[in-house]
Amino acid sequence: MAVLQMQRISICALKKDRKAILEKVQSMGAIEINHVVEDDEAFGRMDTMNARQSFDKKAQLADQALAVLGTYAPEKSSMLSSLEGKRLVEQEMFSKAAANKEKIIATANRLVGCNKEIAESKANILKLENQIESLTPWLALDVPMNHPGTDNVAMLVGMMPGELTLEGIYAEIAKQNPELDAVDVHIIASDRDAVYLTVFCLKAEEDAVEEALRSAGFARPSQVTDKIPAQLKAELEAEILKLNKKIEKKETEIAGCADRREELKLISDYFRIRSEKYEVLGTLPQSQRTFIMSGYTTAEAVPAVLKAVGDKYDCVIDVEDLKEDEEPPTVLKNNSFSSSVEGVVASYGLPHKGEFDPTTIMSFFYVFFFGLMLSDAAYGAIMAIVCFVLLRKYPRMSEGMHKSIKMFMFCGISTLFWGVLFGGYFGDVIPVFSEKFFGTAVNIKELWFVPLNDPMRLLIYSMLFGVIHLFIGLGIKGYMCLKDGKVLDFFCDVVLWYAFLTGLILMLLPSDIFASIAQAEIQFPPAVNTLAKALAIIGAVGLLLMSGRSSKNPALRIALGAYDLYNITGWLSDVLSYSRLLALGLATGVIASVVNQMASMIGSGVIGVIAFVIVFIVGHTLNMAINLLGAYVHTNRLQFVEFFSKFYEGGGKPFEPFHSDTKYVDIKEETL
Amino acid sequence: MSIWSDLGIVYALLGAAVAVFLAGAGSAIGVGIAGQAASGVVTEDPSKFAKVLIMQLLPGTQGIYGLLVGFITLSKIGLLGGGAADISVTTGLLILAACMPIGIVGLISGKYQGKTSAAAIGIIAKKPDQFGKAMLFPAMVETYAILALLISILSVTAISI
Repeated sequence: MAVLQMQRISICALKKDRKAILEKVQSMGAIEINHVVEDDEAFGRMDTMNARQSFDKKAQLADQALAVLGTYAPEKSSMLSSLEGKRLVEQEMFSKAAANKEKIIATANRLVGCNKEIAESKANILKLENQIESLTPWLALDVPMNHPGTDNVAMLVGMMPGELTLEGIYAEIAKQNPELDAVDVHIIASDRDAVYLTVFCLKAEEDAVEEALRSAGFARPSQVTDKIPAQLKAELEAEILKLNKKIEKKETEIAGCADRREELKLISDYFRIRSEKYEVLGTLPQSQRTFIMSGYTTAEAVPAVLKAVGDKYDCVIDVEDLKEDEEPPTVLKNNSFSSSVEGVVASYGLPHKGEFDPTTIMSFFYVFFFGLMLSDAAYGAIMAIVCFVLLRKYPRMSEGMHKSIKMFMFCGISTLFWGVLFGGYFGDVIPVFSEKFFGTAVNIKELWFVPLNDPMRLLIYSMLFGVIHLFIGLGIKGYMCLKDGKVLDFFCDVVLWYAFLTGLILMLLPSDIFASIAQAEIQFPPAVNTLAKALAIIGAVGLLLMSGRSSKNPALRIALGAYDLYNITGWLSDVLSYSRLLALGLATGVIASVVNQMASMIGSGVIGVIAFVIVFIVGHTLNMAINLLGAYVHTNRLQFVEFFSKFYEGGGKPFEPFHSDTKYVDIKEETL
Repeated sequence: MSIWSDLGIVYALLGAAVAVFLAGAGSAIGVGIAGQAASGVVTEDPSKFAKVLIMQLLPGTQGIYGLLVGFITLSKIGLLGGGAADISVTTGLLILAACMPIGIVGLISGKYQGKTSAAAIGIIAKKPDQFGKAMLFPAMVETYAILALLISILSVTAISI
């Protein structure tokens, strides 16, 4: 339940061991490289930019090749494959792939090349198809489109817009130039937009005829070929066929490489690891014969590093505690239960240096509140079982995913617990179903009470849980003040608030307002009432006087104190905010019973049962999904906004060690 | 005069209707606004689908709260069981008033939660790792819908028929 102690570890070793030490440290993944040495004459840095770029490029090439393989020879994968995580491979296999890297990269190049050729062929086919399309109207023409005509007769080929008839065209020519009469027009084809025609005329009059036609909208075709259109079309089609064959061949070639997928994955990771190594190498200060590597590591990882590096190579390893002004990265360590909510804490922000790790305390409340909000035994059981099966079935899923699923499993168990207390099993399906189909309502008795029948009671409990949650938050703040030796802060910011709030609560409990809400009167002995008043007054006066203690000006100090006292409204709204525990719990139950009611309305007999089952499954799946989302969001909110605001800042850096950052496989550690 | 004194059940039903349709309309507007932003993100990066879908659903809860109050009201006035209870005008109007908070707050908070969700989807588009924080902003708006729901539920259950 804590933030791990970080230490600075510095390794100074001979350059001849550089590669080996770097690789060792990388495979251990225990050090976050962070150099403090300034550049000076004795130490230089290596420029590894070019090498890194070439590694990155190769890793990318392998990724591209894998993507190509994925398109033409898809890998079989189920919906849940994202949970499978990275495959574990033997060191030996990995080295074998690394030794064959030239060959594998050549394969990758070939795959990417094939893909490029396919893309080019497809573009060509498109071009040819466009050509065929523009040729289509001319198919009936049985001479080449640029036929020069005979000695005396010229042939004009072109199109005119609109739906023109032969007579119309003749009339148009006559209108434009009445002197022309030796003109013979043939319509080849016509469609809605244009007519395609050939016009024969005397060579001497060619220009005049074209002029006359042009003023009526005549235009020569944009593409003119010296072949007969039908013949050209056949040629183009043959070419498309050829290209299609080529694509097919390339596709089979790619599909034939499907068994190289593993090698490509290995090599992609190989280059990724090397690129990372060279990135670190570029930051290492190096003298002529030695180099220095320095960074943060957890105190518990130090012996392993000492053993793996210090015992094997000639080097000096220096481990020191951190300086005051250093902001080290944060690593959390919690037990198996609490660590499952580490992801939630991290999404708010890890604790910064010296801050208390809230994970353990939060984990209990998280699971508790989540269950209370969902509060249906059947939903909880489903959640817990599904998560449990997933955890069993995919043991190699990524760590973050593993933690989240484990968290939902615990939340499911808590939901089951609350559901049993409140008597909710898919809402009220058991009484509804039994009454509808067997005639008698079978009730499962709730262990505690049914929230819908007595919402006030659950409201009071929700707020009670809220007050406990908030008081614990305030308590952690007090603990941190004491730990830092700030006794005055502890007294003024924590003890006075405790006194003030406890006094107010004790005053509220016997009052009429509370009695009308709780429907039960609470009577305290007079001594307690006096104590309550005393506590509230001491707290209020103390806060008024002490909250502004940082200010020298007495008037300002009182004003600041009054402002701090005004925070009581914040406490009130925080406590009221826990009413969402009731609201969301009710929402689950009521919607579930709406679903059950709808399901039972359809009919009786076999059809009724089938309809019931269908509506039941669809309705409850929806209800569970939406309420799961609601419970998740609002549990987070209660932790982040109400609880954390009492004591927690966050803002720590996550620990990002220098390690083998692979994408496809994990490499099995060599046993030392 | 007599027709006016028979209208109790009508007011009560009107209350259920107000709760369902105002809060539902609020959610519809909110989910719609957030959905537009979500679609924009998915066109750029389909892998963020699950995250933005969750964001889009956040303003959907108001509709559920409306349904909740509507359902409690219906079962209270006995319309679900078949035999409607005999409800006086005063009780009917009381039920109508009790349904108002979730209806009106649901409408307004649904719309604004939708806008906040759309903005939070913007966070996810640029910084997907900040999902936890992004989710919190729309959840803040929802607080007020929950408070309204609470008052509506408490009032409806407190009214005796």
